[in-house]
Amino acid sequence: MDMKTLSQQLQSINRHLAELDAVDDAMIRAIENGLPLCSRPYAQIADQLGIDEPEVLARLAALQQQGVIKRMGVVVRHRELGYRANAMLVWDVPDDRVGELGRCLSQYDFITLCYRRPRVMPDWPYNLFCMIHGKSREDVLQRIDWLIEQCHLESLPHHVLFSRRRFKQRGAVYRSDRKGDEPVIQDKRYAT
Amino acid sequence: MSGERQLSELERHLLNDYQHGFPLSPTPYADMAEQLGVSEQQVLDSLERLQREGLVSRVGAVFRPNRVGASTLAAMSVAEEELESVAKIINSYPHVNHNYEREHEFNLWFVATAASEAELCSVLGEMEERTSHTILALPLLEDFHIDLGFDLQWT
Repeated sequence: MDMKTLSQQLQSINRHLAELDAVDDAMIRAIENGLPLCSRPYAQIADQLGIDEPEVLARLAALQQQGVIKRMGVVVRHRELGYRANAMLVWDVPDDRVGELGRCLSQYDFITLCYRRPRVMPDWPYNLFCMIHGKSREDVLQRIDWLIEQCHLESLPHHVLFSRRRFKQRGAVYRSDRKGDEPVIQDKRYAT
Repeated sequence: MSGERQLSELERHLLNDYQHGFPLSPTPYADMAEQLGVSEQQVLDSLERLQREGLVSRVGAVFRPNRVGASTLAAMSVAEEELESVAKIINSYPHVNHNYEREHEFNLWFVATAASEAELCSVLGEMEERTSHTILALPLLEDFHIDLGFDLQWT
C-alpha cells in the first residue's frame, strides 16, 4: 500500500474530527467494550472517571449531538441471530453519480451500511460499497437483482463478496492499549 | 453460538427495540423494564445471557467513523493455505475489530482503527511487513448510511 496516498486520504477525511477533551477521551475508553449491566451503569462509569453521573450523561448526550456517537443501544450479532449470508456489495460507478446512487441504495431497510471509498487502480475499481445481511444467499442475491432494477444499476459493474469465515468481530477500539486476545477463528461455519 | 434456540418474547424485544434509543437516564435498564412490563432484574439477566451466548456483542455506543480517530477498511489477497496464519497476525492487533474471509481474489477483509492517522499508517505498514502481503486500504470517504440497526425478522 502506498502509505502516502492513504495518509492524504485520511487527512482529507479527518477534517471532520470532533474536538474531544481528555475526559471525553477517557469516557470513550471506558465504554468502548460496552456499558456495565447494572442498575446505575452511568454512575459506575462516573466513579471510574472521578466525575459525577450527571456529567457522564451530559457528555454522552453531547457526543450523540455532535454525531461522534452514532447510536446507543443493544449491538446484536447478526450471524448468531440467523442472518448468516453477509454480503459486501461493491459497485464501480461514475464519480459524479456516487451520491445519487448511494442515497438510492441506502433507502432500503436491508442495506445496513453504504459508503463511498476510493478506487485503487488497477486492482480495485469499485468506489461504492454496501452491506446486506440476509438469511440465505438466495435471499441476498434476489435483493441485489431488485436493487439493480430499483436504482437503475443495470449497466454498472459490480461484485458480490459473500463472507466465509469470521476471524474476528467486536466493537472498534480507538483508545485502548490492550492486547488483542481474540481466538483466530470465531466461526468456522460458512455463510449459506 | 446458539442462534437456533427459541428466543423469549422479552429477548426479542430487547434485541430489536433497543438497537438505538438506549435511555440516557440514571437507570436505563429500569426504564426499559418499565416499558416492557417486566422487572429491572429480568432485563439485566436477559441481556447478560444474550451477551454470554454471543447474540449481543455489547450494550453501548456505536461510534461514527472519522470522528474519534482514524479507521480504514483493508483487504489482502492471501493463498488459502496461508489464510489462517495471516488472519492470526492481523487479529493480534487490538486495532482490528472485524476480520472476515470473503469470496474474492482479495479474500481477507478487516477494519483497523487507531487514535491518529499516523498510528494507523504505521500499524498497516507493520502488518505488511509481518505478513509479507500488500494491503489494499480503502478508507471511508463519504457515508450514506451507517449501522442504524435494522428490524429483525423472527420467522
